[in-house]
Amino acid sequence: MTTLTINGKTLEVHAAPDTPLLWVLRDHLGMSGTKFGCGAGLCGACTVHLEGTPVRSCRIPLAAAQGARITTIEGIAADRVGAAVQAAWDRIDVPQCGYCQSGQVMAATALLARNPKPTDADIDAALVGNICRCGTYARIRAAIHGAAKSLEA
Amino acid sequence: MNAIVKASRRDFLKGSAALGGGLIVGFYLPPSGIAADLKPVAANAWVRISPDNQVTLVCHRNEMGQDVYTSLALLVAEELNVDVNKVAIEQAPVDPVYINSLLGAQITGGSTSIRDAWVKLREAGATARVLLTSAAAQRWSVPPAECVAANGYVSHAGGRRASYGELAGAAAQLPAPQNVALKKPAEFTLIGKQRHRLDSAVKARGQAQYGLDVSMPGMVYASLEQCPVPGGKVAAVDGARAKALPGVLAVVDIGEGVAVVADHYWTAKTAREALVITWDYGPGSTLDTVQIRATLREGAHRDGAIVRQAGDAAAALKSAARTVSAEYHSQLLAHATLEPMNCLALVSERGCDIWTSTQFPQGAQGVAAARSGAPAAQTRIWPQFIGGGFGRRLDVDFIGQAAAIAAAVPGKPVKLIWTREDDTRHDFYRPASFHTLAGGLDAQGKLVAFDYKMVSSSITNRMFPGVVKNDLDPFMTEGSANLAYEVPNAMQRVVIQEYGLRSGYWRSVSHALNAFAIESFFDELAHAAGRDAIAFRLELLGKLPRQQAVLERAAAESGWGKPLPAGTALGVAMMESYETHQALVARVSKSGKRLRLERLVYVVDPGVAVHPDQIVAQIQSGAVTGLINTLRSKITVRDGRIEQSNFDDFPLLRITQMPRIDVIVMQGGDKPGGIGEVGVPLTAPAVANAVFALTGKRVRSLPLADAGVEFV
Repeated sequence: MTTLTINGKTLEVHAAPDTPLLWVLRDHLGMSGTKFGCGAGLCGACTVHLEGTPVRSCRIPLAAAQGARITTIEGIAADRVGAAVQAAWDRIDVPQCGYCQSGQVMAATALLARNPKPTDADIDAALVGNICRCGTYARIRAAIHGAAKSLEA
Repeated sequence: MNAIVKASRRDFLKGSAALGGGLIVGFYLPPSGIAADLKPVAANAWVRISPDNQVTLVCHRNEMGQDVYTSLALLVAEELNVDVNKVAIEQAPVDPVYINSLLGAQITGGSTSIRDAWVKLREAGATARVLLTSAAAQRWSVPPAECVAANGYVSHAGGRRASYGELAGAAAQLPAPQNVALKKPAEFTLIGKQRHRLDSAVKARGQAQYGLDVSMPGMVYASLEQCPVPGGKVAAVDGARAKALPGVLAVVDIGEGVAVVADHYWTAKTAREALVITWDYGPGSTLDTVQIRATLREGAHRDGAIVRQAGDAAAALKSAARTVSAEYHSQLLAHATLEPMNCLALVSERGCDIWTSTQFPQGAQGVAAARSGAPAAQTRIWPQFIGGGFGRRLDVDFIGQAAAIAAAVPGKPVKLIWTREDDTRHDFYRPASFHTLAGGLDAQGKLVAFDYKMVSSSITNRMFPGVVKNDLDPFMTEGSANLAYEVPNAMQRVVIQEYGLRSGYWRSVSHALNAFAIESFFDELAHAAGRDAIAFRLELLGKLPRQQAVLERAAAESGWGKPLPAGTALGVAMMESYETHQALVARVSKSGKRLRLERLVYVVDPGVAVHPDQIVAQIQSGAVTGLINTLRSKITVRDGRIEQSNFDDFPLLRITQMPRIDVIVMQGGDKPGGIGEVGVPLTAPAVANAVFALTGKRVRSLPLADAGVEFV
């Protein structure tokens, strides 16, 4: 049995310790907002926060997540920055197919949490690991700037 | 929005067999938690109005990012006079009424959704409005002409007012009106004016339910080891070691592979590595990329079928003042949808139920019935949000696999999930192609002769063989049959040449293949004639004013013909596709040894713009797909095996590579053209033409990186 702290809640999980956090979230805990894209840390669809830092949950074994503070797309709205990012995503109509957007929102929220006024170059550097196959990158940049502005108020 | 999020959990159209067509009363089972005696009433196959005045669009096309949920809802809401932002969306089941008239099957593809629905869904909305108005008029014993239906209510000058929901039951009993009048474009309040997607919020919150996200009590998982050579089969399997692992429930040989079924996905995936399989690789085991190119080149010696003919191209080429000839080649590509192929299947005494992301629910039903053994009438498809289609989900292979696996463990819902590596290695690949071109210029530098041959694999012969007649596959002639240029002597041919690897429809299909060859070659012709590339093209567009207009606008917007910064150049390409005219100007610059793609300026004229902001989004999206085709991505084959596996060796465009993309939307027609694929085909020729203008290097083969042309 492994104890996890996800979105402020403590949960017990029965799964093999090498099970990637991604599949623990999806299959054991029924939290399907975090997506499976590549299984190799190459696309960012599975991005969650571990102690506030964006990580690829497909590369984090359950054993390594024990005790850490984990935030997923299901819990990010409770964060002021996360809520602003999601609102900007909706306002600017960022998503197309939408499959990568949980990961994009998580990466964008982590960026704004440490850099409230990112430049395009900052955004590119922070989100280069998050593939959007539909190509919503221009709107992702616009939405991050929009969220940054809304957080100034 | 709850309807979108949890649509699959509703048994919302159990009575779908009753939806035979026209106006019917739908049989609707409400979501759990709502009193079962609540009986919402449908106006027709697309529109449902419940007593609490909730208007629902039964969306008959599948949402994969292209915005059908909102754009189709706009068509209905415009005529029904309701707030589109309050319309709920449910995904339609398989039914003949939902067949795409432009494709002859219940398919989402071919940039047809809006074109097919343009009249149908506005009529559906208008019909419902007329019925609701009549029901109100009857209830109040007043003439219908004195009643006004607006914003979800019918009202009468005398002050009476009833919601659509209150009237829906009575309206459904009335005979269908004939020839309902539709609004004139000047009367539109939503079409062309909306600026919001109904599914943005759920997607931003991770609440949209894709095929991969569907969950059921007692669900188990499958991971499938497929023959490494596409088309090969299992000869023998020893599954004892895998089966002995904790959590493993079954090992199932389904012919093209062996599935491990387990209590969790990770258990199934790791246990799969313990399978010992002997393969019958079949005839494909010696195939490689060099051989594929050689086979296509050989195909060019065949006559093939005539696509388009004018005058006498052979004679005109002989007598031309100057001739130019060239050969072009396009590579194999994977679709690489971000959501890997997956399918949840349940085979039980009720038949077969399938929850999946698909562009082809009708095909899904057929293959699921065939491979589960359930009758088609008891095979139900529950389409979900699609995490990327691009044509990959027109194929239903993974759905058949899930049905076959589920049939071996009846009563258990089984979710088959491919790995990314499975997805890359077992795709239906965008065909490679080979093109020969020749052009003849007269003494004034005007094009007088054009000879063209395109050689490639026929996807349609595999999927819809009846459509290919006399060796003419209409999906191979896209961009050739509708060539915008008027050349007095032209011979355009197409040759179906199979090369031993399965091929599939890839966003914009042959438009991208033909446009790269033709639009690059027209640049070569202009250069040979000593003419400006846009002036040379404009001269050949005499009968197409809309095409001229987009080209001239692209020239103006991109600064064509004006001084450019040093180390910068422009390239142009244009075409008509899916009844939409477009032109693209690409700007590239030098960045050390590499090049930088600075800007793409698209001008598109789809005739009528239903949801303009999403047209911009789709063109940008098409551009990104086009850049995957252009820059460095490719699939290669060795010993019958696909050499790429994941996003490290099959790269997709990342945010750092995203150029500035400007999209100008013109509306020069009276009905909408297609949009979803329009942005794709011109990036390769426009960028390659800009590369030539900048460096003098003419690249005739994709991806550009193979010719040493690397972009930052």
